[in-house]
Amino acid sequence: MASLDDLKKRIASVKSTQKITKAMKMVAAAKLRKAQESAEKGRPYSEKMNNVILNLLNGISDKENAPKLLLGTGDDKVHLCVVMTSDRGLCGGFNSNIIKKAKNYFSKILSDGKELKIITVGSKGNDQLKRMYGDKIIENISFKESKNANYFDADKVGKIVIDKFENSEFDICTIFYNQFKNVITQIPQAQQIIPLNSEDSEDNTSEESYEFEPDKDEILSNLLPKNISTQIFKAMLENSASEQGSRMSAMDNATRNAGEMVDKLTIQYNRSRQAAITKELIEIISGAESL
Amino acid sequence: MSEEFKIEIVNPEKSFLVKDDVSEVVVPAYEGEMGILKDHISIISFLKPGIIKILSKSGDESYYIEDGIVEFKSNNLSILTSSIFNIADMDKSKQQDLLKQAEEESGKEEISDQSRYLIDQKIEVLKTLN
Repeated sequence: MASLDDLKKRIASVKSTQKITKAMKMVAAAKLRKAQESAEKGRPYSEKMNNVILNLLNGISDKENAPKLLLGTGDDKVHLCVVMTSDRGLCGGFNSNIIKKAKNYFSKILSDGKELKIITVGSKGNDQLKRMYGDKIIENISFKESKNANYFDADKVGKIVIDKFENSEFDICTIFYNQFKNVITQIPQAQQIIPLNSEDSEDNTSEESYEFEPDKDEILSNLLPKNISTQIFKAMLENSASEQGSRMSAMDNATRNAGEMVDKLTIQYNRSRQAAITKELIEIISGAESL
Repeated sequence: MSEEFKIEIVNPEKSFLVKDDVSEVVVPAYEGEMGILKDHISIISFLKPGIIKILSKSGDESYYIEDGIVEFKSNNLSILTSSIFNIADMDKSKQQDLLKQAEEESGKEEISDQSRYLIDQKIEVLKTLN
């Protein structure tokens, strides 16, 4: 059995761990509010962008000649997967959930005999994937310096993806991220961005005809690269809100567990203290009796 | 007084500006400046670097913009842009920064004709601001 001193030390160490997790929880809660706010504020942009594109699509008569970003290359041999994770750990199942989802997808692709290329955004994803898919990772991007998700970073990723598409390095691009539902639930998502999946978006376009300046094709070819950056940005915003939410609930759990542990250890400490006192008393009394 | 319409400018981070008492907006559309009044026909166009002028009851405003998409539908004007600056808030050093950046970019060899055109446009607009 651990001595009184050891128990005391353990209680102190668990208590200080608890303090840290509590502080982290509060920091995450504050950051979560901010991240959630910016995720909400960012929504109108991507929604409007989507609307404009849908309106344009309705107006296009000649679907054969539409830009390749929209239709894809017509092949599906090479898959590019952009896996978006966080740069920091201690956020519960946040990163592992994305990785799990991505790994399932990867093994499906590979068993279909297709080629796989991976871009990781965020260092944690890279750490977890490089063991199994190290040779498949073609790029590793990390935005450790940026405090918040910003469009500039998203645009950088978008440009890389588009560059690779134009060099015909892949046929289909999918992004993996966590969608923020609430603090407890984050849903890992796989979203195909090239070719654009317009079928699953609701049909809320009007029949009204537009005037286009310059012509539709040119607008579309200008708009689609922007849309990719926008989608990536949206994923980044969702991801950062999810990260903070996940960290908050993980740290909340950790704080609670530490509390339970402190209680248990305290009981143990008190018991052994009492046992020691009783033992001493018995020794004194039996010593006195023998005289 | 029903000569007013609604304008909304959004950038990726937030809804940048919403106004519903606008009488005229001039935007730097790709094929030249375009003035939009109430009951303009529905239009989608994209923007080149330039200045957006908003004339409204509650005062006129101008913004410097680098790119974007403009959509006008049933008296709702939406402008999507990733880089927009209020000219009233812009000081000289900010302008110089942007100008320097643009000039650096135009010095590069490998850019396409279209982006060179856009950058030259940008430089020109920034110079007129000074």
